[in-house]
Amino acid sequence: MTAIESTNAHVHDLGMPAGGPDVTTISGAIDASVAAHGEKQTVLKAKDLKTDQEVRWCPGCGDYVILNAVQSFLPSLGIAREDMVIVSGIGCSSRFPYYMNTYGMHSIHGRAPAIATGLAASRPDLSVWVVTGDGDALSIGGNHLIHTLRRNVNLTILLFNNRIYGLTKGQYSPTSEVGKVTKSTPMGSLDHPFNPVSLALGADATFVGRAMDSDRKGLTDVLRQAAEHQGTSLVEIYQNCNIFNDGAFELLKDPNTGPMWTIPLVHGEPLVFGPGGASCVVRDDFGGLRIAETNQVDASQIVVHDAHRDDPSYAFALSRLSTQDLRYSPMGVFRSVAKPTYDRMMADQLEDAAAQEPADLDALLAGGDSWTVQ
Amino acid sequence: MTGTNPGISPTANGVAPGMHPAVDPAIDAAAHSSAPGGLVKSVVELDRVVIRLAGDSGDGMQLTGGRFTSETASFGNDLSTLPNFPAEIRAPTGTLPGVSSFQLHFADHDIMTPGDAPDVLVVMNPAALKANLVDLPGGGLLIADSDEFTPRNLAKVGYASNPLEDGSLEKWQLVSVPLTSMTTDALADSGLGKKEAERSKNMFTLGLLSWMYHRPTEGTIRFLERQFRRKPQIAAANIAAFRAGFNYGETTEAFAVSYEVKPAPMAPGKYRHISGNQALSYGLVAAGQRSGLPVFLGAYPITPASDILHELSKHKAFGVRTFQAEDEIAGIGAALGASFGGALGVTTTSGPGVALKAETIGLAVMTELPLLIVDVQRGGPSTGLPTKTEQSDLLQALYGRNGEAPVPVIAPRSPGDCFDATLEAARIALTYRTPVILLSDGYLANGAEPWSIPATDELPDLRTEFATEPNGEDGEFLPYLRDPETLARPWAVPGTAGLQHRIGGLEKADKTGNISYDADNHDFMVRTRQAKIDGIAASIPATEVDDPDGNARVAVIGWGSTYGPIGAACRRIRASGRPIAQVHLRHLNPLPADLGEILARYDRVVCPEMNLGQLAMILRAKYLVDVHSHTQVRGLPFRAAELAAVFQDVIDGTTGTVATLDTGSDTPAQTGAAL
Repeated sequence: MTAIESTNAHVHDLGMPAGGPDVTTISGAIDASVAAHGEKQTVLKAKDLKTDQEVRWCPGCGDYVILNAVQSFLPSLGIAREDMVIVSGIGCSSRFPYYMNTYGMHSIHGRAPAIATGLAASRPDLSVWVVTGDGDALSIGGNHLIHTLRRNVNLTILLFNNRIYGLTKGQYSPTSEVGKVTKSTPMGSLDHPFNPVSLALGADATFVGRAMDSDRKGLTDVLRQAAEHQGTSLVEIYQNCNIFNDGAFELLKDPNTGPMWTIPLVHGEPLVFGPGGASCVVRDDFGGLRIAETNQVDASQIVVHDAHRDDPSYAFALSRLSTQDLRYSPMGVFRSVAKPTYDRMMADQLEDAAAQEPADLDALLAGGDSWTVQ
Repeated sequence: MTGTNPGISPTANGVAPGMHPAVDPAIDAAAHSSAPGGLVKSVVELDRVVIRLAGDSGDGMQLTGGRFTSETASFGNDLSTLPNFPAEIRAPTGTLPGVSSFQLHFADHDIMTPGDAPDVLVVMNPAALKANLVDLPGGGLLIADSDEFTPRNLAKVGYASNPLEDGSLEKWQLVSVPLTSMTTDALADSGLGKKEAERSKNMFTLGLLSWMYHRPTEGTIRFLERQFRRKPQIAAANIAAFRAGFNYGETTEAFAVSYEVKPAPMAPGKYRHISGNQALSYGLVAAGQRSGLPVFLGAYPITPASDILHELSKHKAFGVRTFQAEDEIAGIGAALGASFGGALGVTTTSGPGVALKAETIGLAVMTELPLLIVDVQRGGPSTGLPTKTEQSDLLQALYGRNGEAPVPVIAPRSPGDCFDATLEAARIALTYRTPVILLSDGYLANGAEPWSIPATDELPDLRTEFATEPNGEDGEFLPYLRDPETLARPWAVPGTAGLQHRIGGLEKADKTGNISYDADNHDFMVRTRQAKIDGIAASIPATEVDDPDGNARVAVIGWGSTYGPIGAACRRIRASGRPIAQVHLRHLNPLPADLGEILARYDRVVCPEMNLGQLAMILRAKYLVDVHSHTQVRGLPFRAAELAAVFQDVIDGTTGTVATLDTGSDTPAQTGAAL
């Protein structure tokens, strides 16, 4: 709570009566609630995070799986429910906050990163999450997403990518593949899709990961690292929309084809994948990466995954191994580097300013050039 | 009046009082120069002066005007300013689009406007002359930098011959002064190149004017030392130019007369001069201090609101966070996010930005969180006139959202009033948990006036209680259970144990705040949100009606920055022996509860606006009053004389009397009335 207290350290004396909690300040209100409840409850079970609201996604939607995974894993972070805030935009995924017994805001299409930025920047004591989708984050909210990433505000962004507009009933999205036939593209989509991981890395994101909705272990692992990361974390979650884009990720989910096209990213491990480790990632002649057959290259040529490289080019090259049809999908943490967070730097500036010249409202209003009329 | 000039009455017939000596200054000076001891200068006492400085955008006219204003404020005159500059940072040198001007009205009595027309016009080049001469009444003093009237500069603005020499300006008192070359001469030993030395000509001019009007000079010298503390050579050159200009005035025969405008009587207290944007910024800092909440400003740069972002970013020691967002939408989004977290969220912008923020204002209406939206209005539509003033956005503020989304709207009436209006906007936002729109405008933002510095412990107490306990009968937290008096919902901030809740833009069920598509619930919630805003009227003080005669049949109603010109026009009307009532609105939504009854008292209601009649339409719709709408959208404030003529016509239409008022004349200062 130090940051919150620091903002109130210079409050003009309002002549508060002595005694009793001052619930007119943020820290006062929080202290009062803790006093009433005893210590903050940081030991939680998954059911503690459920609300009484009926979950209203379509039966079979990938969002259920993600909700369950999040509710199961969040208690392991040891954060009290009241210290977590989930902010979402508009779309199917953005109903997420209603089902989480934390603080939450279901906001406006595309704007969740902006709203969460204001909250996280002014309340560094909170764990702030953004839940968004491919349309919400990459179309209408694309601007906020890239700027949030470059600022490195302490946020965790879960981008549910189902490669379709679900809530508006089936138009192509900014991640839909070229040629996709949808309600708004009867002759096939002309738009070249975004690769969300490439986009995030292009914005110098300090943490970028990708996971599959149905892979509970892999998803939990990436989410945990994302939550622990200081700064903006972006996790792209491949999520199946069984109504408007069913089977979009079947190539990767199918036990037969999945291993052929999935590249598991494990920091410090060589990038070898495929049945029997038949495939691997090596450097190409142009500073990028390419796929090779393991038995055709020397073991020393195989790239060892390094998520902590400061230069994002390597992670970007990894993201470019993918084609629009998901052939070669690296899954896991692409990049995780330490960089000062926006909210911390902002709080530091406030502290520095207060240390240099204590706040004095009378002096501010009087200014340097005043005169007195007798 | 003091001095030796015969026949110059400060209040003589029609022209600005006493500003224009009827004698040729050169002849007058010559008459005295033969006196023993050399040149003797006379001093003329004036009750008020309007000066306009005009030059190229790069000539530093705004800075010069600002300094003259500071000197005038510290001298103790009442004052009002009107900066007027193009949107282009540096339009091509010497062209009409590049002309920038600064008008200052100062007086020995209480004034309300920056003046309809200048008494003195200083032009730094032919373009400035061409753009501004139309506003200078005949007989006015015209000072021109003759060095800049070169064939090339004359040709740029279409002068076939040099107006300083061809006799075309004989209607005015022309004084040609080689300001540029005298500046470079004065700085010959400064070590600066010619181009650099020339840039100090605005300080030379300021020095000359400071002599002419007996302004104190220490403040400007201190300012220059401070401004250029890392460039001592530049500081020294500017100070030298400033002193040279002052000394030139003292010694030249071109100016035989200097003028004295005595300090204005003001209520005892401590004063400073302040611009609207500055006052508004201080109001936000004060609102944070008086509420005990951290201020969070999310803003995107936009003219004429950016100075608020600049100002607030200096006050981090007060716990003020400023966030320069990637766009207008992110600016208000971040502010709303901060409000959710318990901050006083603020966003500052102008009309085009309000359009972009509309959806988020709607979300703030739905989530019922406190939020301040500052709209420093400018000429519209679209990009419009970014640097010019207009009451462009009243209807946008009231109605520019989807659905029934009532938002309180507050408008300050003068630069200094921006401070109090901001505190009032914060009071409403925090008490009623609602977004509030504060409608300033370009004229208030950049204009300045003396400001009585308030005692901070007498400012409104804005403390607001956060929720800390469940409020439901079964121990649950009901985020939409309302305060029976204000209809405000509880403000429970993240981090408060046991009060976790979800809010959002979907319709809320009464009390629980859960998503609800129920027909009756929606009808109830729409009406409840409206009732909450309507109920604010109960907290608004009774409307002040300024009718000193007490028997007016015509009332003038205005809002925002037209207060000064309307007030000045009303003084003229009353000075001619006719009563008129002035009502000026600060609260545009909800309107004061007594307003309908007040308007019904009068035979005629006039509503001047710098738009096409936005308030007039509201008043007609709401009170069924046949409001006479007088409108003007020139990007400039109303002129008091023009408004007085309009009011006179309305009074005559009502009372049947014949117009006799000479609206071109000023009210005698001796009556205590002024403009």
